[in-house]
Amino acid sequence: MSQQKTIFEKIWDNHVVKRADGYPDAVFIDRHFIHEVTSPQAFDGLRKRGIGVFNTKRTTATADHNVPTKDQHLPIKEALSRHQVETLRKNCAEFGVELYDLGHPFQGIVHIIGPELGLTLPGMTIVCGDSHTSTHGAFGNVAFGIGTSEVEQVLATQCILQYKPKTMKIEINGKLGKGVVSKDIILYIISKISASGATGYFVEYAGDAIRSLSMEARMTICNMSIEMGARGGLIAPDETTFNYIKGRKFAPQGEAFDKAVEEWKKLKTDEGAKYDTVLTFDAADIAPMITYGTNPGMGMKVTDRIPTANELKELNEQVSFKKSLDYMGLEQGSQLLGKAIDYVFIGSCTNARIEDLREVAAMVKGKKKAAGVEVWVVPGSKQVQEQAKKEGLDKIFEAAGFELREPGCSACLGMNEDKIPAGKYCISTSNRNFEGRQGPKSRTFLASPLSAAAAAITGKVTDVREF
Amino acid sequence: MLISPAVPIAVENIDTDQIIPARFLKATTREGFGDNLFRDWRYDGNNNPIADFPLNNPAYSGKILVAGKNFGCGSSREHAAWAIYDYGFRVVVSSFFADIFKNNALNNAVLPVVVSDQFLNELLETIQRDPKTEVTVDLENQFISFNGKKESFQINAYKKTCLMNGYDDIDYLLSLNTEIKAYDTAHA
Repeated sequence: MSQQKTIFEKIWDNHVVKRADGYPDAVFIDRHFIHEVTSPQAFDGLRKRGIGVFNTKRTTATADHNVPTKDQHLPIKEALSRHQVETLRKNCAEFGVELYDLGHPFQGIVHIIGPELGLTLPGMTIVCGDSHTSTHGAFGNVAFGIGTSEVEQVLATQCILQYKPKTMKIEINGKLGKGVVSKDIILYIISKISASGATGYFVEYAGDAIRSLSMEARMTICNMSIEMGARGGLIAPDETTFNYIKGRKFAPQGEAFDKAVEEWKKLKTDEGAKYDTVLTFDAADIAPMITYGTNPGMGMKVTDRIPTANELKELNEQVSFKKSLDYMGLEQGSQLLGKAIDYVFIGSCTNARIEDLREVAAMVKGKKKAAGVEVWVVPGSKQVQEQAKKEGLDKIFEAAGFELREPGCSACLGMNEDKIPAGKYCISTSNRNFEGRQGPKSRTFLASPLSAAAAAITGKVTDVREF
Repeated sequence: MLISPAVPIAVENIDTDQIIPARFLKATTREGFGDNLFRDWRYDGNNNPIADFPLNNPAYSGKILVAGKNFGCGSSREHAAWAIYDYGFRVVVSSFFADIFKNNALNNAVLPVVVSDQFLNELLETIQRDPKTEVTVDLENQFISFNGKKESFQINAYKKTCLMNGYDDIDYLLSLNTEIKAYDTAHA
């Protein structure tokens, strides 16, 4: 038997509290994040069982999904949303869980605040009742989304019962072209392997194109692992990772940090370790990407034309394909380039970090949005919002006619007040283009912050390389 | 063993936003989500039922939902499993399920049955032709059958025991309390 292990296997095996015949592994969870939408029923479960939270220090709460992104200092207008956020408050107070509530300087989208506070560290196991928990994997940890019954498991026992997924390596080698950013890399991968291509796997992203990325860019990639069905996605930690973590609020400090770094350096896949699947792509093949359909696998280079049903590999797919284009109001074989858009959404756990806002600001500085286009910039956290103001990005957005809002999940999921109206086209930096995702009958084009910014100025789908 | 007619939704990649749109996730209990199951496929913008959607077609009934591959992709919302259960389904048949949905279903007494593409296509066509077709799902012996066609399905032994006896994962994990505490202390 070979002793060589992938980084994923090392972290997983390190956290198995009990491996018994006929049972899934009982895996210890180092860090648990919760939010208002997927936690209330879990706390109710604890009450019914008459038990408390196993270790309150390992769970952190914030309100993000169901919050307005305007006037957060006022009570939430909508009664059900208000009740849900109040329920989170009540539960956190009753069970002793730290909550970064609306207005708190640390509040924000759960997957943005974990890393920026230094709560997300290499080698950890991290879960949250949200599928984009895979974001944290950018730091070299095993992070994945769970359902509410599992949230209850973690609150009650700090463990989760799981079968170990298979492993997949996705390697991107070479140099990225002009106008191509990390969002394009992940949209490209998903377009190649489909929205279910990595189901059952835990992905490790590798290769020099990945190594060259900043932590924030890496998070964008890991964030969308779930969009190809993967349980999660990680990137082995390196100097970029350690430099990002150093000095963060809850990260180890001083000597403890140096000691931690020595341990984190061991977190890499052993030479000769076997993956169940390996995929390799060339960075030079990646162009600015855009989706045209209603799942994230339906993406293409912005200059390509939409495929026709006859070009699909499987006949079975044709019905769903036609349904999808019908929903989007698009023709088979047509181009998206030049297509007029109505809304631009720059935000979400995929692309609402300070680097995203800086990239957008640099691109639109001194320019004005196209007439008739509404542009929302929604920072991922209170800290991102404050930083943007400190750097004067708010002034650039204001001059461009963009609206800088307050932190939250916003128009990514059509749950809170921020929704795209029926039939309208939105170019969005978020992660899902599902039917109705941004509001009933809304139509979403997923793209990078650069592509979204360019579209905001021109009012249409634009090749950022020609901008 | 469950013997029931089935409801076909012959669409692939049905994501959990279709099963239960986010704007209906505001409840803080597990009950009542069935009313909004497939809300935007079931009702138009004026809340009128869309006649050709299978859940609105009186010919279809039963406790078994049959759907295209990659069922339950997207968001981790367990509300999708709650909605399916609350509506009255106890089994979902597809040729492929997304991971998180599969776990959520198993944690809520909804059995995901994975069949071959060919079996799925035959089943969908048969139900569409004859909505009264009785489908048998036998968890104990791990097979699904209709009109003399039969296929076995996989389910891991632990989850099968849980489903058949109504156990949940927390019961097992709570029994490991001493080991978990020791691990937590050693890794503080």
